[in-house]
Amino acid sequence: MVIQALSFSLFALVAVASGVMVITARNPVHSVLFLILAFFNAAGLFVLMGAEFLAMILVIVYVGAVAVLFLFVVMMLDINFARMRQGLLRYVPIGAAIGLILMAELVLIITSWIGAPDGAQTRPMPPISEMSNTEALGRILYTDYVYLFQASGMVLLVAMVGAIVLTLRQRGGVRRQTIGTQVARTKAESVEVVKVRTGSGV
Amino acid sequence: MTSIPLMPALPEIWLAAAGMALLMIGVFRGDKHTRSLSWLSVLVLLVAVFLVINGASGRTVAFGGQFVTDAFAIFVKVLVLLGSAVSIVLALDYIEREDMGRFEYPVLIVLATLGMLVMVSANDLITLYLGLELQSLALYVVAAFQRDRIRSTEAGLKYFVLGALSSGMLLYGCSLIYGSTGATGFEAIAQAVADNEGAASIGLVFGIVFLAAGLAFKVSAVPFHMWTPDVYEGAPTPVTALFAIAPKAAAIALFVRVMIGPFGELVIDWRPILIAISIGSMGLGAVAAINQTNIKRLLAYSSIGNMGYALVGLAAGTESGIRGVLIYMAIYLVMTAGSFAVVLSMRQGGKMVEGISDLAGLSKTHPAMALAFAIFLFSLAGIPPLAGFFGKLYVFLAAVEAGLYPLAVIGVLASVVGAYYYLRIIKIMYFDEAKEPLDKDAIGRSIGTVQAVSAILILLFFVWPSPVLTSAAMAARALFPA
Repeated sequence: MVIQALSFSLFALVAVASGVMVITARNPVHSVLFLILAFFNAAGLFVLMGAEFLAMILVIVYVGAVAVLFLFVVMMLDINFARMRQGLLRYVPIGAAIGLILMAELVLIITSWIGAPDGAQTRPMPPISEMSNTEALGRILYTDYVYLFQASGMVLLVAMVGAIVLTLRQRGGVRRQTIGTQVARTKAESVEVVKVRTGSGV
Repeated sequence: MTSIPLMPALPEIWLAAAGMALLMIGVFRGDKHTRSLSWLSVLVLLVAVFLVINGASGRTVAFGGQFVTDAFAIFVKVLVLLGSAVSIVLALDYIEREDMGRFEYPVLIVLATLGMLVMVSANDLITLYLGLELQSLALYVVAAFQRDRIRSTEAGLKYFVLGALSSGMLLYGCSLIYGSTGATGFEAIAQAVADNEGAASIGLVFGIVFLAAGLAFKVSAVPFHMWTPDVYEGAPTPVTALFAIAPKAAAIALFVRVMIGPFGELVIDWRPILIAISIGSMGLGAVAAINQTNIKRLLAYSSIGNMGYALVGLAAGTESGIRGVLIYMAIYLVMTAGSFAVVLSMRQGGKMVEGISDLAGLSKTHPAMALAFAIFLFSLAGIPPLAGFFGKLYVFLAAVEAGLYPLAVIGVLASVVGAYYYLRIIKIMYFDEAKEPLDKDAIGRSIGTVQAVSAILILLFFVWPSPVLTSAAMAARALFPA
């Protein structure tokens, strides 16, 4: 129990601290690295809750793909972050006002919230001794939630088609590999035997 | 093994499969076949209409309560499918002329329509969100479809950023509702509300507020309307027509289903929100349109105003109110399709023009088109005996029946103010001298057909209104189980 509580405090503390660093770090590359740290700690929290599948997915998808993509974007695009932040001060009052309103609403909700009696503790369903997370998720994903699963698939398809429509351009003057022509070449048309006289070149 | 019944969702499955098949055809045949692919897409949508009409007419819940189809869903789905089909027809000539003749255009519209059907049949907060995202994502892309024109890309980007913000609000609302009721299914939420004897906790009320804010963005109601004029003006005109037709019907239907279904007992809690939204929309739609010089911007403000009138019926929260909303949306769709068919015919010297002053002298150069546009504008202004008058009549009657007299009075006043700018266009068309007449050959056969059919429907609605009235009444009754 003590180890569990300690590791929870550690993960939670580091996650919050690195979250703060993400938005305060001056160097955008550092921001992304702190984001990765936050993801790792969130994965740790998932493991503590017994949701090992989600923890793995978080690391693989968010750290492995999303964060690396962010890094690429930050490093490849020449964005002047100092200039982007110039207008920031102008929007601070309105941003702070909206933040305060949301905060007040959250406080109101939390103070009036009554938890369901049997929802007080987190526990995996079904118990981990009977079935692993992955199996439990797989069992409902393709049965109870097949409609939503397929709908998400369509959303991803649209995203893919959209990205291609908006960015793919057929450029002229590009040399492309045509395997058919390459394979069909014969020795006669591609090899030429030349007798080179010494000192004169081809 | 238990089997999952798929039949209730047959139209959705058909659209998804056909959309992917169209995509494959497009990829293999290339952009040269965009026109035939567009007609194929229209056919696909019409087959879906057939499947919807021939599906189960009673209330059917499928996929463990995530999906519902009833008379209400059938009515709106038919509207949405026909609206999408018309907007593909309207785009046929335009996309070839204006350098957007790529095969993805009709395919994306089919996929967006699939999202709209999912929205209309949503019976769960997750389904609601997924349908909305599927629709919006496809629409963001088509808004930016002219990727080399700065106006189009700006419209797409603006729509995307603000749409993402509204999705965030909507999700926040969903999570608050889930947190306070412990359920995402609409029936379970309704049960949780009923168990609480109709008294909503603060968390639930905030959840409803955020959900309503997200949905108000999608129907472009005040105060979440800011994106509408810019996106309508910047997006290619057939895309604007699509935005004004099908997604509006789907979003209003979703709004109605969410408010009446799970939160029907909390009508006292959400009614003030809807009254405020609808008064704001009607007022802004009437006043802000007066100074516009661009016809697309004007129609954007007009659509904001029209959403305000439709929401009057929802604010009433009664069966006759919902019937009013449905009748209003059906008529609004026809009027809007017709108006955009006219806007799509506005060309001078082979180039599209969008200024209201370019319509001057239209009655002499294009008498038939001027007459059709005049019919749409009179109808939008709510002049009897055109269809638009009846649309307004039913929502205002419902508001009066529900005791919302101030709302009905403000609605009538707003529609009087709004009549001014519609009549101004008619004055420009009929009494101003043309500086440079519009092209004679600008009206293609398909667009001309849309103009003529819409004009006849609007003009003769009062002769035989019963098909729309009875099916809308049936649809509204489906939401109020006795």
